[in-house]
Amino acid sequence: MKSVRRLLLALAIGLLIVPAASRADDAPDPYSGLASQSFEDIAQAITTLAASGNPQAAPTIAALQNETLFVTPDQALLIKTDDGYTNARTGEKVADVVEDDLANVRVNNAVRRAIEAASGALDLVSPDPATRLRAAAQVFTSRDPTSLPLLGAALAKETNAQVRTALLQAQAAAQLASNAGSEADQLSAVATLLARGDIEAKSLLGSLHDNPQAVLAKATAAIASIERMERLWSLAQGLFYGLSLGSVLLLAAAGLAITFGVMGVINMAHGEMVMLGAYTTYVVQSAIAAAAPGLMGFSLMFAVPAAFLVSGLIGVLIERTLIRFLYGRPLETLLATWGLSLVLQQAVRTIFGSSNRDVTTPGWMSGSDAVMGLTITYNRLYIIAFAVVVIGLLMAVLRYTALGLRMRAVTQNRRMASAMGIRTPWIDALTFGLGSGVAGMAGVALSQIDNVSPNLGQSYIIDSFMVVVFGGVGNLWGTVVSALTLGIVNKFLEPFAGAVLGKIVVLVALILFIQRKPRGMFPLKGRAVEQ
Amino acid sequence: MSTVRSWLRGAGIAATALAAFLGSAGLGASQAQAQGTIKVGILHSLSGTMAISETTLKDVMLMLIEEQNKKGGLLGKKLEAVVVDPASNWPLFAEKAKELINVDHVAAVFGCWTSVSRKSVLPVFKETDNILFYPVQYEGEESERNVFYTGAAPNQQAIPAVDYLMANDKVKRWVLAGTDYVYPRTTNKILEAYLKSKGVAAEDIMINYTPFGHSDWQNIVAEIKKFGSAGKKTAVVSTINGDANVPFYKELGNQGIKATDIPVVAFSVGEEELAGIDTKPLVGHLAAWNYFESVKSPVNTAFIKTWHDFTKKPNRTTNDPMEAAYIGFNMWIKAVQKAGTVDQDKVIDALVGVAVPNLTGGLSTMMPNHHITKPVLIGEVKADGQFNVVWSTPGTVVANEWSPYLEGSKDLIADWRAPMSCGNFNVKTGKCGGAN
Repeated sequence: MKSVRRLLLALAIGLLIVPAASRADDAPDPYSGLASQSFEDIAQAITTLAASGNPQAAPTIAALQNETLFVTPDQALLIKTDDGYTNARTGEKVADVVEDDLANVRVNNAVRRAIEAASGALDLVSPDPATRLRAAAQVFTSRDPTSLPLLGAALAKETNAQVRTALLQAQAAAQLASNAGSEADQLSAVATLLARGDIEAKSLLGSLHDNPQAVLAKATAAIASIERMERLWSLAQGLFYGLSLGSVLLLAAAGLAITFGVMGVINMAHGEMVMLGAYTTYVVQSAIAAAAPGLMGFSLMFAVPAAFLVSGLIGVLIERTLIRFLYGRPLETLLATWGLSLVLQQAVRTIFGSSNRDVTTPGWMSGSDAVMGLTITYNRLYIIAFAVVVIGLLMAVLRYTALGLRMRAVTQNRRMASAMGIRTPWIDALTFGLGSGVAGMAGVALSQIDNVSPNLGQSYIIDSFMVVVFGGVGNLWGTVVSALTLGIVNKFLEPFAGAVLGKIVVLVALILFIQRKPRGMFPLKGRAVEQ
Repeated sequence: MSTVRSWLRGAGIAATALAAFLGSAGLGASQAQAQGTIKVGILHSLSGTMAISETTLKDVMLMLIEEQNKKGGLLGKKLEAVVVDPASNWPLFAEKAKELINVDHVAAVFGCWTSVSRKSVLPVFKETDNILFYPVQYEGEESERNVFYTGAAPNQQAIPAVDYLMANDKVKRWVLAGTDYVYPRTTNKILEAYLKSKGVAAEDIMINYTPFGHSDWQNIVAEIKKFGSAGKKTAVVSTINGDANVPFYKELGNQGIKATDIPVVAFSVGEEELAGIDTKPLVGHLAAWNYFESVKSPVNTAFIKTWHDFTKKPNRTTNDPMEAAYIGFNMWIKAVQKAGTVDQDKVIDALVGVAVPNLTGGLSTMMPNHHITKPVLIGEVKADGQFNVVWSTPGTVVANEWSPYLEGSKDLIADWRAPMSCGNFNVKTGKCGGAN
């Protein structure tokens, strides 16, 4: 044991001496800076290391980024890999590491910025165009002047048009921010940024002050022009936000449009069906993570039918055991289902614990893309699409299937339907199950944007009722129009009135509307309504 | 009442039963002693919206009481926990507090989370002259004889966090985002005054309030992004509470705002809240607390081990309010031992000046303003949902219960020692009784 330790010590000392001796110049050793306690020294060391051309620089910086770079008590740096530790300076394997003695190299936002700038500079010459693109974007945000020569070299041999544009933008950013290059160069850099025309470009142009007068003047003009475009696009952006909020409301309310709208059951436990759907997503994801981690990207595809079944079955169970005894007694239904909602909440709290559950968002659903002047976040986009699919399916079921036909028959004229041989109690149970199942599917979508907690349902129940009542009870198209209207109005009010006041304004407007048209926007007409 | 009665009769203590009939609060302490146990009240919501945060505090109190009993209890008697559930319902807090004090005759109560629940129970504690330990960071602007505040006041959390960002990230532009209720509003008022006193222009401060449980953050995050694109380094100071945080951070991640661009420093987000989020997009965002689970100290390691053993869940996180509960409980134990009785009047006097170890390796002292001294730590979110402490105050900080940055409170001080014995003494007028 003792001899091993001595050997290790000798090795460590050897490693300390060899690289220092092998380098001709007398620059301070960046590796010792990494072992420092001061964030400034660490950030400085990263920049020096990246510029040093040392072949070990890239893996070391990558390790730092992944939190796998450690310092030993005698200031040696180790990279943790899948099979043990390697020395960060040499890349050689190190045996016999006492894990308890290791400390992570300290990282904070300043260090992280240095890492991003450095890895951006290193990746500029990567053979993979996607990596180069990302590297160019990193340099654009870091505006690191030391990467200018690298950018020049990368631009000289870049063939991919998209990457080339990104590189030019990065070069423009680095030039302007460091006030480098001739006035003509800087002016063309401003033009490049104006062509980019997004919020980051505006931010950079706004931060200039030491540049030549002509450049500053052009930058101010560019900002004004970007802002003009922004105002134009903000209308479309508001519409997207409104549509996305509307689609969330629509999903939450779709199930209620069946149970309350079609069947007339005031179901206060509707939100809990949504919540159960969200928890089903969590359970499905945990199961997939345990059994087949490779399928994690498709976990939501499994979660949607599972949530439909779980919530649907519980819905059928509730209808058979509770609600069927209360038909025609709205007040009792309201109280009973409200009590039920508390029971379900507490049950979930007992089983899963009171804290939020972590539902992961698959990679293809996270992030955003800028389409012209619009920022489109993927998760919202998919939820809009999902809402369209769910509503489409629901309408198809009601319109084209035997079950749908019976449901409509029973809700329009129960006695006649019964006389025609339809088992109305079963249709009631299935209709309620369908509504609950749709709520469960909404839960899968909501798990992607909201908390998966026992209270999830509560926050949507009021909104759901609002949507159904505003749209006109019993009318699915009314629900669609009402959800989208409420979403869009809300999102256009929010910037002026603030989130709190915006909500109040919408509520007051809704109350006034219901005063004038008590049956909502699209009331059902005919005898069935009067019963 | 009837269950209490029958239980007492079953115990065969007729005299105490008679006293219980009278329901007199003043006799509470002596009765509890006569029965051989000292009762401790736990007033935390176990259902409703606040259960997410408060259930943990109930568990930690049960653990502390069990540990104390293993050490032989207090004054030669065992401690007995009386747990009630005020169900996140503010008026119910007052009712349940009354029940704990008048029916169960507890010696002290540990409880409340939201400021509104604390305000709701205040009259009960004043009237019955019992003791409340309040373990959560709050907006300050209060000091009561019967309440001991073991969480942070704004100057023990918010102001050091802002200082850190100003010094280290050179932040020049500030978004103060909060949930619409008393804690964020008061904290933001203090912060706004503080930032202006540091030379930040009014147009460089953006204030935004959202309702409880706000889940659609799209345009607010876009607005923050736009506000941050004016060419000056921008940071968000978040007093967003509880459930609204998850969708907020998710939206930040989706719109591509990284901590290296616009850092968010939060005062209500701890290990427990992060347990429900995929933290990879949040790496580098900050939180200011007086304790983090990742703090390396022998007391903390022991505390975490006891917690895991007690809950039988080896992954259950610890957080700042738990540390505050731990400190409060130990202070009460020490004060009772010092006073030699659980009599509330004597314990209230004995509490001032009591010093106990906190979990970060130092000592916290109960000051005459009924607030405690604490170190302030700034942590950055790591990929595993823990915090990496990047900065801390060199020593502990004394709480400013009355903020020096607010017009109405800058002349006020609190000192509950005789002869002043006042929670809002005005140094200008030399009178007890607030700003006027």
